[in-house]
Amino acid sequence: MIRRRGFPNADAPLPELISRCVHCGLCLPTCPTFAELGVEMDSPRGRIRLMKNVWDGRLDADSAAFADHMAKCLDCRACETACPSGVSFGKLMEAARSQVLAARRPNLAEALLRRAAFRGLITSPARLALFARFGYLSKRLGARTILRAIGMKRLAELLDLVPEKAPTSAALPARFAAIGTKRGTVALFTGCVMRAAFADTNAATARVLARNGIEVLVPATQTCCGALHAHAGERGGARELAKRNISGLEPLAVDAFIVNAAGCGANLKEYGWLLKDDQEWAERGERFSARVKDASEYLAAVGLAERPGPVRATAAYDDPCHLIHGQKISAQPRALLAAIPELRLVPLAEADWCCGSAGTYNVTQPELAARLGHRKAQHIVRSGAEMVVTANPGCQMQIEAALRREGARVPVVHLMDLLDRAYASR
Amino acid sequence: MTAAPPIVRAGLRGAALASGLRDLLGSEKVLWAREDLLLYEYDGAVDIATPDAVVLPNETADVAKLARFCAEHAVPLVPRGAGTGLSGGAIPVEGGVVISFARMSRILELDVANLRAVVQPGLVNLHLSTAAAPHGLYFVPDPSSQKACTLGGNVAENSGGPHTLAYGVTTNHVTGLELVLSDGSIVRLGGKALEYDGYDLVGTFVGSEGTLGIITEITVKLTPLPEDKRTLMAAFPTMDDASNTVSAIIGAGIVPSAMEMMDQLSTQAVEASVGAGYPLDAGGILLVEVDGVRDGLDDLLERIEVICRAAHAQELRVATTALERDKLWAGRKGAFAAMGRLASDYYVQDGVIPRTKLPQVLRHVIDVGERYGLRIANVFHAGDGNLHPLIMFDGSKGPAEVERVKEAGREILEMCIQVGGSITGEHGVGMEKTCYMPLQYSPVDMAVMHRVKDAFDPLGLANPGKIFPTPGRCKEFSLNAAR
Repeated sequence: MIRRRGFPNADAPLPELISRCVHCGLCLPTCPTFAELGVEMDSPRGRIRLMKNVWDGRLDADSAAFADHMAKCLDCRACETACPSGVSFGKLMEAARSQVLAARRPNLAEALLRRAAFRGLITSPARLALFARFGYLSKRLGARTILRAIGMKRLAELLDLVPEKAPTSAALPARFAAIGTKRGTVALFTGCVMRAAFADTNAATARVLARNGIEVLVPATQTCCGALHAHAGERGGARELAKRNISGLEPLAVDAFIVNAAGCGANLKEYGWLLKDDQEWAERGERFSARVKDASEYLAAVGLAERPGPVRATAAYDDPCHLIHGQKISAQPRALLAAIPELRLVPLAEADWCCGSAGTYNVTQPELAARLGHRKAQHIVRSGAEMVVTANPGCQMQIEAALRREGARVPVVHLMDLLDRAYASR
Repeated sequence: MTAAPPIVRAGLRGAALASGLRDLLGSEKVLWAREDLLLYEYDGAVDIATPDAVVLPNETADVAKLARFCAEHAVPLVPRGAGTGLSGGAIPVEGGVVISFARMSRILELDVANLRAVVQPGLVNLHLSTAAAPHGLYFVPDPSSQKACTLGGNVAENSGGPHTLAYGVTTNHVTGLELVLSDGSIVRLGGKALEYDGYDLVGTFVGSEGTLGIITEITVKLTPLPEDKRTLMAAFPTMDDASNTVSAIIGAGIVPSAMEMMDQLSTQAVEASVGAGYPLDAGGILLVEVDGVRDGLDDLLERIEVICRAAHAQELRVATTALERDKLWAGRKGAFAAMGRLASDYYVQDGVIPRTKLPQVLRHVIDVGERYGLRIANVFHAGDGNLHPLIMFDGSKGPAEVERVKEAGREILEMCIQVGGSITGEHGVGMEKTCYMPLQYSPVDMAVMHRVKDAFDPLGLANPGKIFPTPGRCKEFSLNAAR
């Protein structure tokens, strides 16, 4: 085997980020893949060591082993929360994946699939909406059973992820006026999966904000945030989308860009890093990222102007990884839930653990994703909750599917949908 | 009498060993690819060595089978928990098979009525206390790595932790063991009772660092959770003031459940990491915890506060909520790893000294740091006199730098022995301090220890290269040089 020292291009995981790791091992018990597989290669410490070994010429960047262990990472970043040394694991992982992509020539089918997904589908809300509706329809028509019967188990599992309720694609108005005393103006980032599969949640988010005296603009000058691209190592595509969003949104005179999808939020907050090597864009990226706020983060900071109405239910909150680990937001959603009268919040074991959704993980690693989904569903059932509240569309789909497989009738709702419902019940 | 053990070189190695192990245990329990083995060459410390194979057993029978096979083929056996160790205990310095206990991590029995738990060695320390908490119980020894480190590793190293001051170290909390010896025999020592007749072999085995055999099951004591606790953070202008306070508190007849000290360099790293709320302008801070029956705790705390003030404390803060207490402790427990913010590598010492010598020895540590031009942070179990100087360095400067750092470490340990202390309190000798053993023990002392090893492990396959100095690897140190 010929060993080539290092990585193929400048997006490589930076040695100064790698050397932050003192291999103390405190991340190990927080890593879902280490818990499931029990081997160092599928632990955060091990993955960082694999990257170091590539730099040291002990492992090839294009080796199957390197690609496999980078792909098996959920990029949930639980290890970042656990790390006392402050290793930026998410940045390292995204960088490593970009190098796998650059070093390994994907086969034709893989290349076409990636092209279709990252250029054709994800970035186009209209096409994604069509896809979502097609998915919903095929599911209603029993396609899952047929696919299983003809042995296409993986496609059937994918279809499992399609939400139970019919996707709506009614366009949002361009502006929601503040109700009562106006306390601020924000722009709503509508996302692509959010817009396609959970359009109601965007409307709900705008209504909740408006109810609290916040004027909400829904600018048309926005596009996909590029999170799925970044996680999959498609740095070029991610940068292109970032620049389009920055150009489109930065001129707006608003207090914040509000996001209700944790995955998008974490990525939008890292535009500065994504564009750090681009002289023209690095600073604009930083400034843009500083204005991005998760809906719960913003609402908790400005405080509720009006108390929501009661919701008589027992609920558990499941932390989206890219909210709790990616953005260090965990108290704010719970504080908002606590503000809903008669809602009883029960503790959920491993609420800070990945459900297995992890961007495109349930597509690329269906078996591990299913195991983690099962683990999550079991904890939810044991918690005795009548509903699960979360704040990211991917998690919502994955947890719904996992609960369904478990035969548990526990609905999964977005925090903003629940707040909207609570306000409506007043 | 010869004190030096024979150097074991693995008999069967490489592809032949791997295929033998796969036939023996099934390929899902064996790692043999080069890129995988490279990830079992490190732990939480500085030394590295690559194993010939890694085995992930599911049960004791797997370990026994493996040991018989390795005995037949002269292959060393090196047990590994979470790889959080700080003395190279899990590093296969002589090659051979690393046994990872990641898949033997279950609690086999929680015997609440008898205050015992029976667990597998791969169980994470904190997971035991979490499982016992609903019954009002916990497992006392709490190494700073307790969120990750395993019970098997704790027993092997006789680990301590902040709360060992009042409650004792791991050996005081283990009553029974199941072992696999290097010839493959399965041995049971002790059980759930407090005392057994005959030799205290459980006590002999705890802290033996894998050199006597492999732990496959552990019976531990569980302890009722204290009714309440109080945690005090006291900041002092100098380390001398903080050190004198430690002796003054113990001298007043108070034994807190924990008494931890940190210097300014440590608090700076910790504040950047977890934001525990330690004052950055203090020369030294103390964390003091008292627990027990709620009545009387506040009086006790007041007595401690009076002592702190008399010793020039500039700030006293008592955690009033569980959240505040957790935050104060998170700073202490994440302190080692937080050093990653200050330097890419650190070498941590584990010397123990009489408490009253703290000011003298800490001054010596500062002096060593200055002479070598190395930054040294101090964060340690002050109540036990268990020092943890962390020497920061840049490993990428090469082996010469590592040697220089180890020299500095040796000077610190020599001072510990000079004042009547020892070279390790809880991290173990491992492969990292073997050369310093003659500083502390005479050849006769060492030979006696070696006869104990021979009784358990006549083949010399149980974690070779640990505890006993290996000829050729150590420069000549001797007892007299230090005393």
